[in-house]
Amino acid sequence: MMDILLQEDSIISPLGFSTSENINAIKAGNSGLQFHANSRFQNGGFYAGIIDPTFLADEFSALGDAKKFTKLEQMMLLAIQSVLNNNKQIDLKTTALIISSTKGNINLWDNPQNFSEDRASLNSLGKIIQNFFGFELQPIIVSNACISGGLAVAIAKRFIQAGKFDNAVVVAGDLVSDFVTSGFQSFQALSNSLCRPFSKTRDGISLGEAAAAVLVSSEITKGDNIALIGDASANDANHISGPSRTGEGLYKSIQQGLKEAQLSASEIDYLSAHGTATVFNDEMEAVAFNRAGLNHVPINSFKGFYGHTLGASALIETILAKHSLLNNELYPSLNFEELGVSKPINIIQNLVKKELQTALKTASGFGGCNLALILKKINNG
Amino acid sequence: MDKARNLFITNSIRIKNEKISLKKETILSFDKEVGFSQFSKDAYKILELKYPKYHKMDSLCKLGILSSHILLLNQEIDADTALVFSNSSSSHDIDLKHKQSMENIVSPAVFVYTLPNIVLGEISIKHKLQSENVFFVEDKFNAELLLDYSETLLNSGKASNVVCGWLELKNDQYDVFLCLVSKNGEIPFTKENLEELYGIENE
Repeated sequence: MMDILLQEDSIISPLGFSTSENINAIKAGNSGLQFHANSRFQNGGFYAGIIDPTFLADEFSALGDAKKFTKLEQMMLLAIQSVLNNNKQIDLKTTALIISSTKGNINLWDNPQNFSEDRASLNSLGKIIQNFFGFELQPIIVSNACISGGLAVAIAKRFIQAGKFDNAVVVAGDLVSDFVTSGFQSFQALSNSLCRPFSKTRDGISLGEAAAAVLVSSEITKGDNIALIGDASANDANHISGPSRTGEGLYKSIQQGLKEAQLSASEIDYLSAHGTATVFNDEMEAVAFNRAGLNHVPINSFKGFYGHTLGASALIETILAKHSLLNNELYPSLNFEELGVSKPINIIQNLVKKELQTALKTASGFGGCNLALILKKINNG
Repeated sequence: MDKARNLFITNSIRIKNEKISLKKETILSFDKEVGFSQFSKDAYKILELKYPKYHKMDSLCKLGILSSHILLLNQEIDADTALVFSNSSSSHDIDLKHKQSMENIVSPAVFVYTLPNIVLGEISIKHKLQSENVFFVEDKFNAELLLDYSETLLNSGKASNVVCGWLELKNDQYDVFLCLVSKNGEIPFTKENLEELYGIENE
């Protein structure tokens, strides 16, 4: 089977407007989460990772007129532009565009600005992105809750292996909108302060916004490459908003992913968890990881840095896992305190330099969906 | 994709314009004036769904549960039957309801449905499917995407069977086409056959 490689990538977030800026911020221990005023909350606001629209518009002005594009569009277009800048030879006639978002431009429902009503739809978002760069293939839009960003990468791999195309630009993005904030608040799923994945004191998620893009390709480049060698998703078939107590779907996707990758759990060097910091999610993950024999593998959640960026999160975290492997660095799980799950897991608490070959990225979401991606370093001389 | 030659559309269902058809045969039709709410209640009764959770679901999930129930009745499927769904409006119907509630009291029982893939979770629970799920959002019915993606799942062994199709609901207007794809049947799983089965009914 051909190698499917994760090549150029970009992350647009409160931590920075490139992957390297994001990784530098992570290494410095900086979080994108800040207190933001919001009248929905008794204490006057909530902690979230929100991109400064003025900084964003400044950055975007190199590409076009910021007034003509929504905040989310600016973020996603910047992410793709950065990927294309470093791949000038890429042919947009044959390159697929795969877009992941849960709610797209839903914030236009609260504040339409000068945009047409239709602009809030995911199809409209797809057309804007397609036309901006001139992709000729119709975009493929994936909206599958919080696994969307990672599932989009798996979809790219599956289509490339089936011979549909050789290259795909995968882009993911979501905003912190009042629509989503009010919903998670009604679930009492939001943390009162900063989210604390896997900690005893965890009390819910922090929301975040970000966009990311990666070029997924079967075309080999020289040097160290990161290949996606296994991917699987599985539904819990248990509950639409509560995770399975036995971690059924997550366990199954990990097993299927390892099987395709022809690896055993003991051969995984690093585990990038979903780790939203809700009581039930983190517990479910710990159960599934223990069932899969992954309890000794160094593990982190990036939610303390970004908050939960919904349809972008699994793509951002896949990109960060890729750079962990390339840099031989394990990044700490920010805001971690005393372990608060019933099964042992090996949380990364400090930056560790270590030779790494393989990583497992997992995600889970509403609707009972779960995803596992397995990455491996390969050298093409 | 040579292996695809062994794949068939084992069963198919179409729901549009107050009419439910199975393999192109109309099995149930209602008055033109019947809105979605009444349609979904009447169809539930007549088809003897006996699934009380149905009444708590949003309209898109009701539509998905209803259509998959009929499609999979008396079919042998296992837990590895993948769900490959698509539509144009995502979860627009329930998104509007959540948006309206934001002026007053927001309900988690509404918010939880504001993602298109929730219906895949509901179908997975009812039919005990622990399988690959995806929800695509497309301008219009895209047979090629459904065919190509289903084939990648079946040919790579990631799924044993696939339920794929179109589940659209906006402004009380619904448009459903689902099919079961497996190694059994007479209608080859091709783009042309998908388009024919989607296109000819109820027009």
